[in-house]
Amino acid sequence: MLSRVGEAIFWMSRYIERAENYARIMGVNLNLTLDLPPGLTQQWEPIIRITGDEEDYEKRYTDFNRDNVVKFMTFDPENPNSILSCLQAARENARSVRENISTEMWEHLNEFYLHVKEIYLSNQWPFIDHIEFYNSIRKNAHTFAGITSNTLSHSDGYRFVVLGRYLERADKTTRILDVKYFLLLPGLNYIGSQLDLLQWGALLKSVSALEMYNKKYMTINNVNIVEFLLLDRDFPRTVFFCLNRANRELGKVSGADQTGMTMNLPQKLLGRLESEISYRDSQEIINNGLHEYLDHIQTRLNEIGVALHDTFFDLRTNQ
Amino acid sequence: MVDELGHVRPHYSDFKARFESLPPTEIVRRKHSADRSLMSSGITFNVYKGDSREEHIFPFDIIPRIIPPSDWGVIEKGLQQRIHAINLFLDDIYNDQKILKDKIIPRELIESSPGFLKQCMGLHPPKDVWIHITGTDLIRHSDGKYYVLEDNLRCPSGVSYVLTNREIMKRTFPEVFEKLSVRLVSDYPLRLRSMLREMSDEDWPNIAVLTPGIFNSAYFEHSFLAQQMGVELVEGRDLIVLDGRVKMKTTRGLRNVDVIYRRIDDNFLDPKAFREDSMLGVPGLFEVYKKGKVVLANAPGTGVADDKIIYAYVPQMIRYYLGEDSILENVKTYVCEDKKDLQYVLDNMAQLVVKEANNAGGYGMLIGSTASQAEIEDFKNRVQSNPRNYLAQPIISLSRVPTLTGENVEGRHVDLRPFILYGKDIYVMPGGLTRVALKKGSLVVNSSQGGGSKDTWVPGD
Repeated sequence: MLSRVGEAIFWMSRYIERAENYARIMGVNLNLTLDLPPGLTQQWEPIIRITGDEEDYEKRYTDFNRDNVVKFMTFDPENPNSILSCLQAARENARSVRENISTEMWEHLNEFYLHVKEIYLSNQWPFIDHIEFYNSIRKNAHTFAGITSNTLSHSDGYRFVVLGRYLERADKTTRILDVKYFLLLPGLNYIGSQLDLLQWGALLKSVSALEMYNKKYMTINNVNIVEFLLLDRDFPRTVFFCLNRANRELGKVSGADQTGMTMNLPQKLLGRLESEISYRDSQEIINNGLHEYLDHIQTRLNEIGVALHDTFFDLRTNQ
Repeated sequence: MVDELGHVRPHYSDFKARFESLPPTEIVRRKHSADRSLMSSGITFNVYKGDSREEHIFPFDIIPRIIPPSDWGVIEKGLQQRIHAINLFLDDIYNDQKILKDKIIPRELIESSPGFLKQCMGLHPPKDVWIHITGTDLIRHSDGKYYVLEDNLRCPSGVSYVLTNREIMKRTFPEVFEKLSVRLVSDYPLRLRSMLREMSDEDWPNIAVLTPGIFNSAYFEHSFLAQQMGVELVEGRDLIVLDGRVKMKTTRGLRNVDVIYRRIDDNFLDPKAFREDSMLGVPGLFEVYKKGKVVLANAPGTGVADDKIIYAYVPQMIRYYLGEDSILENVKTYVCEDKKDLQYVLDNMAQLVVKEANNAGGYGMLIGSTASQAEIEDFKNRVQSNPRNYLAQPIISLSRVPTLTGENVEGRHVDLRPFILYGKDIYVMPGGLTRVALKKGSLVVNSSQGGGSKDTWVPGD
């Protein structure tokens, strides 16, 4: 596969996953607002804090009210990570490699983008069901993953799709988990209160994890939730699961099935992170500071991204 | 569908019967669904307005243009003959130049043609094929005969529209389609791939389509053809020349490329051989090509035969190389370089179309009948100051075919671009791109100037 094509496919996949996760992040608060007891104010600032784009946000918006945050996260064309921008970038990447993806993938992505763009341009936003809208982003992203799995040969192109998806998802799961760090409780004595549980529940819901979590654990508390979202081996959005699957695909595109191969740099970095996490204990993570640990994972993921670029996409020749 | 006397032209009768059995709302619905389908599959071309890029669908008319098999037989034979002769001409002009020595074509015309590349002198492309892919523009005159308007011998585009239009028409009028047993065009990409494969000495050559990139107006077509052929679509930056071979950069290292269907103009192919400032090409490509280590389709240098002045000499080429009369005639062409012709053009400009020799897309031309006096005077000056660069033709009434305008059907002017592949044999795609001037009375069919397209049906015998 051409390096340029591999890179475009990788980013197409990452951007779709990012758009889906932004829809999920918005879902945390939309779920919360529905369940919130009367008298408590909605908190929108945490949403911006976890994206890492607060500097950009503060340049163009004065306060963290619902309308501003929704606009920034969903439609803002100047925010390169807004859902609309992500879909546009995914589509542009796909457009540049159309001959390498299936027609069905292209058509779905194109319609997906046009659907969001139409809502953006139509001024219908105040009148539509927002939860339904963010659900439609998730559904479209799921459909795209299904179409990809069922119409694209499971060779290197597909592997870059999967690799991009899981690396992006690992990062976004750490960020969603981090929302709780920024969501304020009215006082210390609220830890373990109904409000606290509501916030955790909304967070689990936003990553479609509440039902699977409840099958495994009898109570909702922070130690279990951290264990589940970081370390669980079976649920497809946990950080461990994402790293494990990403590593598997990386081995295939690196030709690790051939004997006598030494690992390339991204394999070393990804394998190191995967095994480090798998030996962690959730209570220990919380004791040492969850927010700091999530930060650490995000930094490692960035390094892996750079190493992937240098190894696969930016082929240096001796000329 | 109806001739001058009000009779339904026989090859349209089945279509007309079906069309008229549908209520107008249904016709409009089918038209909408055809447009939606083009939009959702992203079959668009780019229009640049200042800094911004807009995507437009190429307007599509759902009434097919039907060409009876008897007419088609003449077109097919005529094109085969013409392409054969032009290929011999190119081989001659870049080697022995017999046709110049025998004074059939003036040497100055060749040497002053921007399409003539000195770098190609002495070149023998693989299998002696120069023009692997041609898209010849034909028009049907009021005498019912087809004439050649232009030979497009460099990187003719439009074939992707032929293929996608056909897919849409199959869904829009499946009933008639089946009844007429319309001849197949959808095998074009595989025929193209076979032809490219035949050009290489490798059994299983690595084939790539070379595109200028996503901002090129024909990018959709480059991508579509690569996808349909199942070959790589590459940009110049994906390729390098190393150890005497062209190689592409892949996620698993460098791989040889054996055949390149290039959709980049000659001048941009290789900054070491042609334009130094080309960012689109591959340094060293031409050297590899001359050594026979890579196939380029079409060969560099074919532009000399695509010069609108050289075009005037194609009938002489056919006689010279094949000893035959042309089956398809040229449109009468006045070459302004010729003193007699020049005088005629200056005296009769209001009745002529005047064109620049090396411009396309409907730009740089004057239609005498609709031009103002000032425009005519301006063109007279331009022609006199650089006669080599101009030619003129009588204003031809392009034939009109029925076209949907809102809910009505009206006649609109059309031309026809069939695509021809030159491999072991010369294959002429049955049908081609019918371009239609959607504006009433307009003669300009170019997509950049309000033109659209139609599916072209050649019924089986």
